[in-house]
Amino acid sequence: MTDIPLTHILFLSTALFFIGAYGLFTRRNMITMLMSVELMLNSVNINFVAFNKYLYPDKLGGVFFSIFIITIAAAEAAVAIAIIINLYRSHHSIDVEDASEMKY
Amino acid sequence: MSAASIIFYIIAAFILGTGLLAVTTRKIFRASIWLLFSLIGIASLYFWMQLEFLAAVQIIVYVGGIVVLIIFSIFLTIKSGEEMPKPIFKRNLFAILAALSGLAYTIRQISLYKFQAPENPAPFELKVSDIGRQMLSTTDHGYLLPFELISMLLLAAMIGCIVIALKQKDSVKTLQS
Repeated sequence: MTDIPLTHILFLSTALFFIGAYGLFTRRNMITMLMSVELMLNSVNINFVAFNKYLYPDKLGGVFFSIFIITIAAAEAAVAIAIIINLYRSHHSIDVEDASEMKY
Repeated sequence: MSAASIIFYIIAAFILGTGLLAVTTRKIFRASIWLLFSLIGIASLYFWMQLEFLAAVQIIVYVGGIVVLIIFSIFLTIKSGEEMPKPIFKRNLFAILAALSGLAYTIRQISLYKFQAPENPAPFELKVSDIGRQMLSTTDHGYLLPFELISMLLLAAMIGCIVIALKQKDSVKTLQS
């Protein structure tokens, strides 16, 4: 447990964050973009928990932040999926390139 | 190298591999299953850090809730067996470049920074009773206000979802025409 330095956990979460960012850049399908966002949020959670455990073991701030982030991620996913289903109903596609009414 | 560190590297490789597959595979249903495995890997990382409560929350909310929701919406919207089109080469190239440069920069910054771990660190214990007590306390390290705010946010999100997903008779037809 203690022989893993904090930086290695931070490397892991950084790599996961940029994997999610890569997915967000390349995917054009709204559901897969949402999945990439979930990956990024999870990497942030790992960061908070690792900082809490390694640097401030007498407090619980990081754990609370993670719990709140998980809650907000759940709400965000629910709202996003409602929007996606509504968009599919009106456009018959969930590709972001097809939904450009509000762009101009 | 002890057993705990070997387990950490195995978990890390599992998370990164399944995460990479989740963003690169071209079948959307497989992407959601890879995401499921990646989230389970993160839950096992919390177990490895001895945060059993957070691991349980992760499994309940993400694996049991969000991934199931995503799979449902996949079945409701697109044909799950079809392959998605390949990303455009130029966009793919620039996305890889952006991700790799960001990764390199952040890793360099992290490895240069000297983290100051406390002397004689107290053993980190996560008691669920402590979480509950702090969540509802109004003193210095209490989290009552964000707790209340988040309950309002969840309520608003629930009502918003219902309102958005309701069938609208007229507006949909006008959009289609």
